[in-house]
Amino acid sequence: MITRRTAIAAGLAAPFVARSQAQAQAVGRAETLLLVQEYGPNSLDMQGIGSSQPVNGVALNCYDRLLRFKPVPIPGGGGNTISMGELEGELAESWQVASDGMSCTFKLRDATFHSGRKVTATDVKWSLDRACTIGGFATTQMNAGSLEKPEQFVVVDEKTFRVDFIRKDKMTLPNLAVTIPFVFDSELAIKNGGGDPHAKEWLKNNIAGSGAYKVESWKPGVETIYVRNDDWKCGKLPQLRRIIARDIASPSTRRALMERGDADVSYGLPPKDFKDLLDAGKVNVVGVPIPNGVWGCYLNTQVGPFKDVRLRQAVAWVMPYEKILQASLFGRGVSMAGGTDPKVAWPQPFPYTSDVAKAKALVDAAGGPFSTTLYFDAGNATVAEPMAVLIKEALAAIGITVEINKVPGANFRTEIAKKTNPMVLNRFAGWLDYPDYYLFWTMHGNNSIFNIAAYQNPALDKLVDAARFAPDKASYDANVIDFVKLVENEVPMVPINQPTHDVALQKAIGGYQFQPCREPDFRYLTKG
Amino acid sequence: MLRMIGQRLMTTIPSVIGVIIVTFLLTRVLPGDTAAYFAGPAASPQAIIEIRSKLGLDQPLPVQFVSYVTALVKGDLGTSLTTGQPVTADLAARLPASAELTLAGLLLAMAVALPLGILAAVKQGSWIDHLCRVVATAGVSLPVFFTGLLLVYVFYFLLGWSPAPLGRLDVFASEPPRVTGLLLIDTLLARDFETFRGAFAQLILPAVTLAIFSLAPITRMTRASMLAVLGADFVRTARASGLTNRKVIGTYAFRNAMLPVVTTLGMVFSFLLGANVLVEKVFAWPGVGSYAVEALIASDYAPIQGFVLTMAILYVALNLMIDVLYGVIDPRVRLEG
Repeated sequence: MITRRTAIAAGLAAPFVARSQAQAQAVGRAETLLLVQEYGPNSLDMQGIGSSQPVNGVALNCYDRLLRFKPVPIPGGGGNTISMGELEGELAESWQVASDGMSCTFKLRDATFHSGRKVTATDVKWSLDRACTIGGFATTQMNAGSLEKPEQFVVVDEKTFRVDFIRKDKMTLPNLAVTIPFVFDSELAIKNGGGDPHAKEWLKNNIAGSGAYKVESWKPGVETIYVRNDDWKCGKLPQLRRIIARDIASPSTRRALMERGDADVSYGLPPKDFKDLLDAGKVNVVGVPIPNGVWGCYLNTQVGPFKDVRLRQAVAWVMPYEKILQASLFGRGVSMAGGTDPKVAWPQPFPYTSDVAKAKALVDAAGGPFSTTLYFDAGNATVAEPMAVLIKEALAAIGITVEINKVPGANFRTEIAKKTNPMVLNRFAGWLDYPDYYLFWTMHGNNSIFNIAAYQNPALDKLVDAARFAPDKASYDANVIDFVKLVENEVPMVPINQPTHDVALQKAIGGYQFQPCREPDFRYLTKG
Repeated sequence: MLRMIGQRLMTTIPSVIGVIIVTFLLTRVLPGDTAAYFAGPAASPQAIIEIRSKLGLDQPLPVQFVSYVTALVKGDLGTSLTTGQPVTADLAARLPASAELTLAGLLLAMAVALPLGILAAVKQGSWIDHLCRVVATAGVSLPVFFTGLLLVYVFYFLLGWSPAPLGRLDVFASEPPRVTGLLLIDTLLARDFETFRGAFAQLILPAVTLAIFSLAPITRMTRASMLAVLGADFVRTARASGLTNRKVIGTYAFRNAMLPVVTTLGMVFSFLLGANVLVEKVFAWPGVGSYAVEALIASDYAPIQGFVLTMAILYVALNLMIDVLYGVIDPRVRLEG
């Protein structure tokens, strides 16, 4: 009961109570990180079907994998990024590829789950089997590294685990370091799974891992609070004890929070805000060109005017590369114009520059003028809309009339799956940074959903497949150079620019680590 | 009285059934493929088919409808794909946040709009009448997200008077034990005055934003109905009888002018509850409006259906309450009801 007397007493005591709490919070704040992001996870299980992008962050920080990518400094400074070929053990203390190159044996660390139970090879097998059989994105990603069947995962003894390869694939080991093949406490999961062999429902709402952080509270759509696991065995104990990740939908609010110094880290602002923050100099902005990521204009090679290769080349010649980089990305990216010799890299600038005369000649030769429609995902409108408008303007100069069609997010996939759209703007970024991996998804004859240009060319398929399973570096390089030359000439996709993945951090925050999943890695971050 | 409530409830049943059918059909007519959206970017066609059958979207529409209604009868509104939680739990968690914000905004608007409207009517043509007109026009013509961002810019970013727009509570404050879900009440029940102050400070800016927007209809309606009443015979009689100005306006005129104002209040309240999406976005307020919009963008059926249904029921409840209130204000309505 609140009586008048207690109310007065509380009122008198309030200043003192407030002060002691403020002191306790001051200690807390130094070891607590406040992250503001557009939206948070919709599940705690990245292997589960329908998990959203931020769930990768949960997998990264709350679970361990056998391997992880080794931090390498970002060339421009500001923190660390990763390099595909360089791995280090996470749950694995050491690992050894067999002399015939057809299996790899892992020795596990003495790690414990949050439940206190020891991590065993049985847990690793249960988790990898799960990723391969659960269906959806997890299974697709496992298959991308030739991890296809549960029989490939073998428990040798309690602390030894073996992966048998079904073919030699350079992506198998890096694929064990992405955010899908993480290790669950299998006993805990089965116990709570209620008969479901994958314990999908329980793991969606609970963490059963050994990772550096535990989830203290999760309010979907509001906030996620992580606390450090002080018994983490798989790396240097993180400095930050507590992470609060709040979902703040409005980018303007996120920017204001950063500029006022109330939030420590913000992901996913529009490029213009990152540029302004960088220019103002009050907070640090760390940008990493997204590995294996590029904004491209896909030109349909099966239907519509762009069946004619001359018109595809004309688009590449007339693309306003520099204008787009400034007007839609505000300079937060790398232009893909004016490349010289093909290199073993992806993305890389194609040899085209903005040259209207050449483009016009090609359109005339093809019997122009033409009219066409350009599609893009409304979810990317901040960047794609100015891009589309500039392309429309540039193409008008060479006799191609463009109508712009902005497709709502939920529709975009259905739209590109039709493979009948003459022109589509899309950004694709592969987790595994290999040129052949990118082309396998976007131009290979397997006609995946991302082959938006519906490009079919047996010669290209042969080169991409040969590169994917190349026995040595020399033949790999030769194949890559050949297919780069081929697509530079055929241009089913005109690369426009490689966007930067930007993060805004207060000056006191250090230890930024970029991960291919593009979610924050709290384990390396420091404060003060 | 009870009989009237019962009769009123009976008449709402067809409209609720209508709402259920229409929202079900509307969400199915929406373009976009939920399964493809949630299968994620790199999913194979096989994976999409699996998800579609898991969600039951491969069934014919009548079958889907029957299973939807069967679940609905059991109080199950389905599971949101965007938050991964049952829709009932989501709505229960978010409705109090929206209600608290809307109530605060409405009370604030009433505190300003009612006196302003009455004064404008009493002193028709005076400066206060003009002020009333300006306030109403300005309030309704400024879009809420603009007012919201402007307030954040001035009071948080420039002046630093307001706390960070991080939602209902500062990140370091802990939520009081949940009783009503309204933080201002729960913190008082828990006698946690520190948190009460925090929650109150967080509430001010978004509530002011909403109040500015809802000022216009309330002020205009109060003014108009006061004017009508002030010109009525009984007011003239009251004045002629030598009653004080205060008594005439306060007791006789105002009470009679309240009927249309209460109707407007009810409409404004239910409108604000669903329509404060933009305020919720700007202030990161975890309410139902932003929840429904996010679900809509993702073609996520269950939350949309749940949201529309909840809103429909709220409307019905609100209208009933207003009808009852009519009787309190004007006994003639009660007799006729």
